[in-house]
Amino acid sequence: MDIKKIAKLAHLEITEEEVALYTPQMASIVGYVEQLNELDTENIEPAIGGLTPEGAATDTIRADVPHESLGQKLALDQAPSAVEGHFQVPKVL
Amino acid sequence: MTICSEIEKILNNAEKLNETLNSFLTVEREYATERAAEVENSANENQPLRGVAIAVKDNICTSFSQTSCGSRILGNYRPQYNATAVEKLSNAGAIVVGKTNMDEFAMGSSNENSAFGAVKNPWNLARVPGGSSGGSAVAVASGVVRAALGSETGGSVRQPASFCGIVGLKPTYGRISRFGLVAFASSLDQIGIFGQTSEDVAKVLGVVAGRDKNDSTTAEVKVNDYVSELSNDIKGKRIGIPRALFGEGLDEKVRSAVEKSIENYRSLGAEIVDVKLPNSKYSIAVYYILATAEASSNLARFDGVRYGFRAEGSHDLREMYMKTREEGFGAEVKRRIMLGTYVLSSGYYEAYYARAQKVRTLLKQDFSNAFENCDAILTPTAPTTAFKIGEKSDDPLAMYLSDIYTCSANLAGIPGISVPCGLSSEGLPIGLQLQGRNWSENLLLNLAHAYEQEFPLGAKPEISVTE
Repeated sequence: MDIKKIAKLAHLEITEEEVALYTPQMASIVGYVEQLNELDTENIEPAIGGLTPEGAATDTIRADVPHESLGQKLALDQAPSAVEGHFQVPKVL
Repeated sequence: MTICSEIEKILNNAEKLNETLNSFLTVEREYATERAAEVENSANENQPLRGVAIAVKDNICTSFSQTSCGSRILGNYRPQYNATAVEKLSNAGAIVVGKTNMDEFAMGSSNENSAFGAVKNPWNLARVPGGSSGGSAVAVASGVVRAALGSETGGSVRQPASFCGIVGLKPTYGRISRFGLVAFASSLDQIGIFGQTSEDVAKVLGVVAGRDKNDSTTAEVKVNDYVSELSNDIKGKRIGIPRALFGEGLDEKVRSAVEKSIENYRSLGAEIVDVKLPNSKYSIAVYYILATAEASSNLARFDGVRYGFRAEGSHDLREMYMKTREEGFGAEVKRRIMLGTYVLSSGYYEAYYARAQKVRTLLKQDFSNAFENCDAILTPTAPTTAFKIGEKSDDPLAMYLSDIYTCSANLAGIPGISVPCGLSSEGLPIGLQLQGRNWSENLLLNLAHAYEQEFPLGAKPEISVTE
């Protein structure tokens, strides 16, 4: 398992010490979950999401009508850096 | 005693015991004192939780306090709104007295993964309280509050309830709104409730349960009068025992206490039957694929842009994301994000994620089949009593196996409850677990109540509120 590649995909800048720590731990967890290969799952439908039948029956989306939202001031209230009504970040390119 | 003086006393206890137990991340003295006066002066004396102090896990949003998720990446983040469960508690007259410590982003079974220090078990300070809702469990077990909110993804309420000698309920998926609960694994997460007794849990559940327009996964299913159903006769209720799960890895002390509890239920008039859950042994494997996959997606939002912590000194956006997440997340969270990223990555998705979803179907079918023959299933809540602080922190897989009896309920969506059923020779609490059909919280609380009436634990933790 290429931990550095996975970390990069997950946007984590991990250190060499972490690579040394996580590699055997992740290998042992992945080895454990591979016990699922014992099962024949050929004709089984996957369970998608967690809804009960009653929950699925009432899982509706609201009507598509505008309603009040947080507003700009409150939405920016917790930002590490905000300027002129926008979230501020380092240069993108 | 007036509500104001009662809350004052509770706040004092919370602050005093916190020096030893570290169960609260914040005690909200100013807010709770104001709320107490407000409730006391209100003309509405029929509120179901009038003046009741509640502790709330710090991954449930509160606009009057921080919501850190036990993580450096959120730090002292203050939400712009209250979770629906918190709103409902307040409308019922309850008073939130503080936010409780937890494993970072609810990932852990010991509370050692908090960025703000481990929580201590009040029965033995060298032991963990369980996790991830360890702070809420300890706030109740130490007698500071009668009830607390936690959250469950794989056993994070039931397992600490078992380790701390209190009652812990994980409701049916869709029973309690998750609006304002910070997401970990959305197909599994539920808010859960701790109480000193099943009656405490029943009172809180009756208030927080129900459909919420802000959470489309909440179901339009009747909310029972849980308190009035507590004293129903349990004679003839069929309790199923999956014997095959009482084998490898189960501590002898836990086994004998749970065996005793089965006989106790029989003496109360319950009918004991054998049931089979043939795929339960795969539940941890399914859980750690699905939960980490969902977490890797849910935790992508923590990037240092809109809230919380941002790392300094980055030259461009991508570097800022990477540094913020590297510095902001702890080891277990990183491990799980990477595991989830791996099982979802190109070339591995079918082998891990898709297969785990299929085995989840088998787990659900096991429960459906078992419930044709019984009303509730009884097992241990956890395979051991509270383990020592540091004992499993270097071995993530050993830690994951703490959830062996609990995570299948999250995968199936069914409710489960942990009830104290004895003390080990070392004086540590042991919990029995009851799992039921969807929406059978009333029966689980009824069975729990019947047990605690006849077979109370009859002991208090070493560190607790003295009257």
